[in-house]
Amino acid sequence: MFLTPLNPLHRAAGARMVRFAGWEMPLQYTGILDEHRSVRRGAGIFDVSHMGRLEITGPQALDLLQSLCPTDVAALEDGQGQYTVLCHLTGGILDDCVVYRQGEGRFLLVCNASNRPKLISWIAGWQRRFPGACLIDRTEALGMLAVQGPAAPGLVAEALGTGLLALPRFHLGQGLFQGDPVLAARTGYTGEDGFEVMPAAAQAPALWRALTERGAAPCGLGARDTLRLEAALLLYGNDIDESRDPFSAGLGRLVNLDKGAFLGREPLARTKARGPAERLVGLRMVGREVARHAYPILESGHRVGAVTSGSYAPWLECNIALGYVEARLAEAGTVLQVDVRGRLAEAVVVPRPFYRRSAASGEAAPREPRAASAGA
Amino acid sequence: MAKVPSELRYSKEHEWVKLEGATAVMGITDYAQAELGDVVYLNLPPKGTALVQSHKMGEIESVKAVSDLFAPVSGVVAEVNQAAIDSPELVNKDPFGGGWLVKATGIEPGELANLLTAAAYESFLEGLATSGH
Repeated sequence: MFLTPLNPLHRAAGARMVRFAGWEMPLQYTGILDEHRSVRRGAGIFDVSHMGRLEITGPQALDLLQSLCPTDVAALEDGQGQYTVLCHLTGGILDDCVVYRQGEGRFLLVCNASNRPKLISWIAGWQRRFPGACLIDRTEALGMLAVQGPAAPGLVAEALGTGLLALPRFHLGQGLFQGDPVLAARTGYTGEDGFEVMPAAAQAPALWRALTERGAAPCGLGARDTLRLEAALLLYGNDIDESRDPFSAGLGRLVNLDKGAFLGREPLARTKARGPAERLVGLRMVGREVARHAYPILESGHRVGAVTSGSYAPWLECNIALGYVEARLAEAGTVLQVDVRGRLAEAVVVPRPFYRRSAASGEAAPREPRAASAGA
Repeated sequence: MAKVPSELRYSKEHEWVKLEGATAVMGITDYAQAELGDVVYLNLPPKGTALVQSHKMGEIESVKAVSDLFAPVSGVVAEVNQAAIDSPELVNKDPFGGGWLVKATGIEPGELANLLTAAAYESFLEGLATSGH
């Protein structure tokens, strides 16, 4: 089992620990509801050091990534990132990740912990066609702390430098902690403004302490899951996997059929032309029953799909779910039923995301010179 | 450490029972509520339902997952805790008091012998802790 550099801090703080994707991670500190509200109201901090961090470098790094991703990686400027997927030859989703361009021939791929071994062998296989590209797994060398919530940018700026406030969404910059450069991305998985910072593993505990002392509430994977679900952000292994393609999953915007060849292009072009048979939808439960992963979805007694994620939504105070249904039923307003352990519970298709933060917070932060252009 | 009031009897499924005259009050233990995390939904047997000791009597849902509730004694449901149904967080805040779940009558006092005393339940919890749960 892998341990993050913050493991001793979680244990000392009495966090409830759980095994996740081969890592021992905190599930909760004070409780999921409490942590969830801390993030929506102020700032929470999550240990996400289990996330895979893969560096792809060299004169053919861009060519390799262009082949692996259906998005146009060439459109990235230095310091810019994009949400993307890697697809199998079938068009099925191997992983969803964020790819950053750190500089000419230098990219950082942040991937799911559960998919890191699979991606490393997948990329290594295709690397033979691009001998001028090099793959380095930086996961265990770097910690990763997600600081999320309306107060998060201010806290990160206090700890790492106010220049980071000018960093746009999905950009990667650099702060300074105890005199050392620290990578910081304006990203997250909660639906809030915030940063994901990547200190050297040895510095991660001191940075965690610096941020919690300034008021960021420690949060676990439990709240991370309810927060991402309210924001309708997908969870690999639940909502997407190799049997699902980007069009079915509502990620069609990531497929750029005009950029040239990439893995899975032909089947994806066919799916786009024909339209997917099933589509991901957001569901709002009418009653108090909670829909969970794999519960059948029915229309007038007939099975038309299945739930992929479902929970009580702590901020919205209702029960919500994501699931796939026959494409004809994906319109908002469609009334369906979820089979909750033998009881039929009414559910309505609603637009995603379920939760959208108010435009007032974050993003349009004071315009100051960038802390550093990009990279480290 | 989870609270284990000495006057109650316990099941290995982490339910407790208290006798109030001919009525059995039942709920889940402090250990169980802590393991489940924030409770958000209770599906309790309606008044008049016949309960059988150690058989499923309902469901309790936390943010994370759903779990079955088992009847710690046989009997007939006389009352369900509407306050807990309306505010499931009562089960977390006060599992042995305001967070009780069901009251049953017509119980078989002899069945209590199948349940654990507080001391035996405490040792049972220690066993779970050392086995890594």
